[in-house]
Amino acid sequence: MKGLLVQFLRSLAESLRDLAPILGVIGLFQVVVLGQPLPDPGDLLWGTALVVLGLSLFVQGLKLGLFPLGETMAWDFARKGSLMWLFLFVFALGFSATMAEPALMAVAQKAAAVAAAGNLIEPSPATQADYARGLRYTIALSVGCALVIGVLRILRGWPVQYLIIGAYIGVVGMTALAPPEIIGIAYDSGGVTTSTITVPLVAALGVGLASSIEGRNALTDGFGLIAFAALTPIIFVLGYGMLR
Amino acid sequence: MLSLALSLGQMLLDTAGNVLPIIGVLVGFQVLVLRRPIPQVGRVVFGFVLVVVGLAFFMEGLERALFPLGDMMASQLTAPAFLGLAPTDTAALQDWRSYGWVYCFAFTIGFTTTVAEPALIAVALKANQVAGGSIGTWGLRITVAIGVAVGVSLGSFRIITGTPLHYYIIPGYCLVLIQTWFAPRAIVALAYDSGGVTTSTVTVPLVTALGLGLSSQIPGRNPVFDGFGLIAFASLFPIMTVMGYAQLTEWYTRRARART
Repeated sequence: MKGLLVQFLRSLAESLRDLAPILGVIGLFQVVVLGQPLPDPGDLLWGTALVVLGLSLFVQGLKLGLFPLGETMAWDFARKGSLMWLFLFVFALGFSATMAEPALMAVAQKAAAVAAAGNLIEPSPATQADYARGLRYTIALSVGCALVIGVLRILRGWPVQYLIIGAYIGVVGMTALAPPEIIGIAYDSGGVTTSTITVPLVAALGVGLASSIEGRNALTDGFGLIAFAALTPIIFVLGYGMLR
Repeated sequence: MLSLALSLGQMLLDTAGNVLPIIGVLVGFQVLVLRRPIPQVGRVVFGFVLVVVGLAFFMEGLERALFPLGDMMASQLTAPAFLGLAPTDTAALQDWRSYGWVYCFAFTIGFTTTVAEPALIAVALKANQVAGGSIGTWGLRITVAIGVAVGVSLGSFRIITGTPLHYYIIPGYCLVLIQTWFAPRAIVALAYDSGGVTTSTVTVPLVTALGLGLSSQIPGRNPVFDGFGLIAFASLFPIMTVMGYAQLTEWYTRRARART
């Protein structure tokens, strides 16, 4: 119990150190460059305390819960030896995590507004909501597929760059064909799909799988899942923009 | 005080709602497919509770303190009054040289938010553990942060000049491919991953606010069309810096070895 407390205090100090630069930059710009006082310092102080506390709890929780669980599940799947279930598992994981991603909901709504402004769809709320929902399903589907292909890569031991080069060619080819309004959103959607909870889980899963298979290196083979999950949505969203 | 507790509770519910499907998939497969007990169930459950509570606190704090400030600063830094220009002076407002402080802000905010990004911390911890300590957590985080900083500054420059996004991204891809050819094999997968990881909870809202602020202030730019794309920059450039860092280290060690 005492060890846990010491550990927690240490991670509290680490979080404070991680966040201090942001506060420094914002404070400096606000006071020195813009020449304005900090608005509502009380709220600012409260918020900062919450952020520091939250970050340390999060990192502690990762080490206790998400990391070990991701790894043991990877080991168990490898021992079970059923590819079908492993693929189904990573697909479900990618799909459900992406559908629940709040950043994605915001981006999908903006994308619908862009499409309406560009006269791609009717500018009525119903069609826009429909478009946004379709977009979210598309992206979630693409993340699920990306994880399946990424896991297949780990199992087979293909070098990661072949898949990435293939995806890049896909993105470049689709960019030439897609309507210009969708391009900015498509490129951004790749970055937002990989959320704070999915990333640690997927990283633990990939590393666990790679280290449970004979002849795979945890560093060269275990990483790369997230990269793939960040690239395929670009292709799928460009495709969605072309079809609509 | 009461409002704080209320909005904190709301945030806790939202976060739990976002995490629930993931937990459902994990538990479902563990119980129905793997049919194995989770080792140290109590510890894992406690860890999950910490993750959810931590994330909720973190987001609530950000929304209370940092995001409003970031929003306000993004619009203040791009306002004609701050730039010392007349709002009607379209030519000067469209000139990229008028926005020195914006690049400065973009660089520093990109760097500092990435250092604090929880997902990046997680990947850095994992990489450090896997590589047996040869990849320092700080080394990786700083390298990625430099990449994001350069990416966001260049992305702001693109919004100000109004060039199409793919004129930057496609050459960027080519550069990544060339670097892949020469970079040490072990780093390639991690470098690609660090691109996707950088842009989550902290970076996305602040960077998006900057993009929207810029594109709505500059005459001739439309926030709907030009406001996007900063995140794409922020997830491309870390790939280059991480591979570049590995290449530099390799080059140094080779040179040091050649000398002896």
